[in-house]
Amino acid sequence: MKKKTIPRVIVLSGYGLNCEEETKFAFELAGAKADIVHLNDLIAKPKMLARYQIMAVPGGFSYGDDTGSGKAFANKMKNHLSKELAAFVARDTLVIGICNGFQILTNAGLLPGALVYNKQARYIDRFVDLKVEKGGANLPAGKAGSPWLVGIKNLSLPIAHGEGKFYADAKTLAALKKGSLIPFVYTRGEMCEYQHMDANPNGALGNIAGVLGGEGRILGMMPHPERAVFFHHLPNFPYLKEKYLRAGKTVPKYGPGLQIFKNAVQYFSR
Amino acid sequence: MRARIDIIPTIEDARALVKKKQFSALDISGRVESVFVYDSYVIDGRFSKAELVRIARALTNPLIEEAYINTTVQGPRFSYAIEIGFLPGVTDNVATTVQGTIEDTLKKKFSAKDAVYTSRVYLISGKVSPSDVKVIADSLYNALIERAHIKTYKAYIQEGGMGKESAEVRLPKKKAVTAIDLAVSDSALVELGSKGIRDSDGTFRGPLSLDLLSLQAIRKYFTDIGRKPNDIELETIAQTWSEHCKHTIFASEIDEVKDGIYKTYIRAATERIRKEKGKNDFCVSVFTDNAGAIAFDENYLVTHKVETHNSPSALDPYGGAITGIVGVNRDAMGFGLGAKPVANVYGFCVGNPTDTRPLFRDSKMTQKMILPKRILEGVVAGVNSGGNCSGIPTVQGFVNFDDSYRGKPLVFAGTIGLIPRKIRGKLSHEKSARPGDYIVMVGNRVGQDGIHGATFSSATLDTHSPATAVQIGDPITQKKMSDAIIKEARGRGLYTSITDDGAGGLSSSVAEMARESGGCRVNIDTVPLKYPNLEAWKIWISESQERMTLAVPKAKWKEFFALMKSRDVEATVIGEFTSSGRCVVTEGGKNIMDISLDFLHGGFPKRKLVTEESPKIFSEPIRAKRNLSKDVETMLARPNIASFKFISEQYDHEVQMGSVLKPLQGRGKVNADVGVFRPVLDSNKGVLATSALTPRYSLVDTYAMIAASIDTAIRQAVAAGADPDAIAILDNFCWCDSNNPIRLAELKHAGEACYDIAVAYGTPFISGKDSMFNDFKGYDEKGNAIAISVLPTVLVSAISVLPDATKAVSLDLKFAGDLVYMLGETNDELGGSEYFSMLARNAKHGGLGGKKEIVGNAVPKVDTEKNKKLYRALHSAIKGGLVATSMSVGKGGLAVTLAKMAIAGGLGADISLKSDLTADAVLFSESQGRIVVAVDPKKRALFEKKMKGTVFQLIGNVTKGANLNMKINGKSVAKISIVQAEKAYASPFKNY
Repeated sequence: MKKKTIPRVIVLSGYGLNCEEETKFAFELAGAKADIVHLNDLIAKPKMLARYQIMAVPGGFSYGDDTGSGKAFANKMKNHLSKELAAFVARDTLVIGICNGFQILTNAGLLPGALVYNKQARYIDRFVDLKVEKGGANLPAGKAGSPWLVGIKNLSLPIAHGEGKFYADAKTLAALKKGSLIPFVYTRGEMCEYQHMDANPNGALGNIAGVLGGEGRILGMMPHPERAVFFHHLPNFPYLKEKYLRAGKTVPKYGPGLQIFKNAVQYFSR
Repeated sequence: MRARIDIIPTIEDARALVKKKQFSALDISGRVESVFVYDSYVIDGRFSKAELVRIARALTNPLIEEAYINTTVQGPRFSYAIEIGFLPGVTDNVATTVQGTIEDTLKKKFSAKDAVYTSRVYLISGKVSPSDVKVIADSLYNALIERAHIKTYKAYIQEGGMGKESAEVRLPKKKAVTAIDLAVSDSALVELGSKGIRDSDGTFRGPLSLDLLSLQAIRKYFTDIGRKPNDIELETIAQTWSEHCKHTIFASEIDEVKDGIYKTYIRAATERIRKEKGKNDFCVSVFTDNAGAIAFDENYLVTHKVETHNSPSALDPYGGAITGIVGVNRDAMGFGLGAKPVANVYGFCVGNPTDTRPLFRDSKMTQKMILPKRILEGVVAGVNSGGNCSGIPTVQGFVNFDDSYRGKPLVFAGTIGLIPRKIRGKLSHEKSARPGDYIVMVGNRVGQDGIHGATFSSATLDTHSPATAVQIGDPITQKKMSDAIIKEARGRGLYTSITDDGAGGLSSSVAEMARESGGCRVNIDTVPLKYPNLEAWKIWISESQERMTLAVPKAKWKEFFALMKSRDVEATVIGEFTSSGRCVVTEGGKNIMDISLDFLHGGFPKRKLVTEESPKIFSEPIRAKRNLSKDVETMLARPNIASFKFISEQYDHEVQMGSVLKPLQGRGKVNADVGVFRPVLDSNKGVLATSALTPRYSLVDTYAMIAASIDTAIRQAVAAGADPDAIAILDNFCWCDSNNPIRLAELKHAGEACYDIAVAYGTPFISGKDSMFNDFKGYDEKGNAIAISVLPTVLVSAISVLPDATKAVSLDLKFAGDLVYMLGETNDELGGSEYFSMLARNAKHGGLGGKKEIVGNAVPKVDTEKNKKLYRALHSAIKGGLVATSMSVGKGGLAVTLAKMAIAGGLGADISLKSDLTADAVLFSESQGRIVVAVDPKKRALFEKKMKGTVFQLIGNVTKGANLNMKINGKSVAKISIVQAEKAYASPFKNY
């Protein structure tokens, strides 16, 4: 029998990141062991990275989005941790950047593209539906699909951002497509049908909601999977709850976002 | 050396596209073809060319931007350039970030002379006239805090861009502490109180808001100790005794009520309720701390506090609202040993957004009041920045429009906090600074901002209102401080007491904490400043935001300081708590303030208020022969009833992962009046938050107004699943003209209602606040003097802990065939109703200062005994899972409630009810104690059994049809298409 490994997750915090507690909670719910580490503590002791298999840059408002979302936090990472980060991703590790974390990872050069002002030039909080593209499941040239997205075809998650419109120049976009590095796109699914909403919430190029790097091991995404790990997170929860109860069924406890965290844990228990 | 770096977008920019749309909608004669936006940083400091290149690189994302260093931006050809920057001394958050980036990138710290100033440039192309450009510029900035610089294309090119203007603060050499002679005539004392201390150049420093009685008491105190007071002492007493801090009107004897309104009605109600609840008392800390606290479970408490930020929001809506929300976050952080903010709530009362009549603060008509629409947009944006940046979900809120809010808007901001019951084995809600503990100021530095905030908010808004009272919040500095204190220092036991620096600044926070130890001694020279040359009195009373005062034991200081430093949070020892009984401040080693704490906190002279009754009778509208179907649609499109989805969608309500009942519910995204969330992720328990206000009823009867507001808050909570016996409430009184005996009579009746209704429901007050002078005195467009006072308004906020958050009930109709019940009784109570407001508007009556307003007189009355029975029965039904949908009947009455439920569900309903009332009363009466529910037909018998003994009526069923059909006594009275209803509901704010 294979020995089960419990991966350790480092969840960054500080300077206005604000989703570190729920991101840690989601990883632990999925079976990992997670620590919240302030960026300055990591800068002081960068060797601690060796202890971790997963790094999460959570959502938030680092530096208040001043000078452009994610830029100032990424500068600090680049100024102090570039070698260590390169070494971390060179190992067989996983990295996830959620929302502000995604913005940080693009500014830090760990993921391609950029996140710019929403088409409404305003912050927006709503649910979106995501269709998992083939890259999510299968990378080309015989490589396994992104470990983050194993078994996920469709997914409804909330977004909450002011600068989430994905942009890439033609060359980058072509490379993303060729490398199957676009794991999911905004689509009109259950939540958009339910609340009569447009599929693409922010004008993102090619409906892109997230991108992959590091042969699928680095995932950046604007939607928040940790905000949909419980069934009650769904906007149609009150309706679905009533529907389940009338059908004599048990109301599910967990929501669609949890699978992403479970997949990360699963990757290390192969 | 001064450098300028411009960062311009190289790809399509949504900001510019949205601005073009906004500019085009302004009242301009020309046509805006296109807009181009770029950001600028003016940097003072000795930086080499190579260093400037590194700085520019750090500020640029090359994929989407490019940088210009000390060169003219080569944008598209344009007609005019408008640059918007801050005025000196205004908080510039982006500059703080840029400074941090530069220091970290170059690995060198800024010297005292180095600084960054940010601005934004708009290049406007098209056929626009110089006056058009002025209109456009006016839409971009607020002259109280910002500057606008306009250049033609020619000037821009000739002069090499926008120039290198900065907002450097240059204060004259600081003046020494001055002693003030109080041995002067009564009229001179009155002038001192209303205009403030007069400087040597003849100008006044701004109102102390001390009346003659207070100044006489101060004179006596200083005569007795044989010296004149120093300016800092007088300013401190003014802050401490201000209406804002001391709640003088609520505390004073009023008619036969010896102990005053607060003690007699509000506190006494809570004391009686807690006693009657006995073992079931859930209150833990009431009225004594920065927030009130109730039990969450055996491990946690939840706190709640709601504040207003009215006067600042009238002058700078964005700054007023953002400081309102981040300020009330600090009330949670300042509760006990520090609670973590887990939810925000908001409420905005503003003038009618379509009202564009100009008003002025001065008779020369140079100081224009901000119009309601812009106030609304500003306060919405302020709470957006404050709440979203802080990572606190905004779970609930409301908007309310009335002409009476034209002069001063009311901006409510509240924060729910979470704190473990015990921290390191000790009860967390108890704290005490000890003699010998360091007085430590944490967070932001002190500047001239917010001088006289506490005294200013205690006064009427007029020409003399100081611009320094305006501040802008810095949520990231606060977030860093909050995380470092609440998530780290608290658990390590590094401090013994904590409070927030709010109104009155250090003068208030330090003197309050000094009561715990018995005294304090502060060295004003050690307080970190934003810029030099601030006088001691200013440092002491400044309300610069994002600061907390802590008592840190000497033995813990090293560890505390190291922790704060590693989190990039400034912490400074500014003095020591003592047991001397005195509040002492020194400057240059000399005592500049030395007064007894007893006098400071207890010397306020008692006064007696008298009231005068003035019953009013209002006109009744003509109600006959109306098209009621059309009326329902018109009602749904009234701003007080319509969707404010544009606000809910721009406030993050899912951060912290606890969201259960969201601000927008159902398929139709209807605004809910209740929010439910789980603050502890591994507990099923939930917290429910709601709020209510019914200011129109104040016109007729403030007792009825309070009764309805409390009933509505409780009813909304119960409708969504709260146990009526487990609700706590908070009161926010926003009164007007409170020296007027007629207003005081209305206040007293409101106080009586607080006691009666709270006691009858067994619903304790746990915290509250009052703002007594929401009056505006100014001039209309013809230069005529005009006075506008807000309707006596009381916001009642309710909070309740739900044993299982997922049992909460939403408002959307869910399944065709469900039975619709109306719980409670309808009476012809349309006085002060939204329906009558609609009829009045159609009759072209009402409006600013209108005396013959059509209001009606039959305002709703509350029958607490009947309602309590009903609420308990409904709660039992909800607990049993018998209710699929539930919504409290509020503003707009039954028809509006049913329409919202149908819109939310995307379903129709056939309603048929029996009544002796006229059809308009059935549809629109705002009788209290009513809830509409939908029930699975299979559960009919069980539901009706639970409701036995209460007044309820089965009024119809949910359909798949496209309409809401309403019949009374078998006769059709209204047929409303749900599609049309949804359109009407969305209409007033669809372009916001």
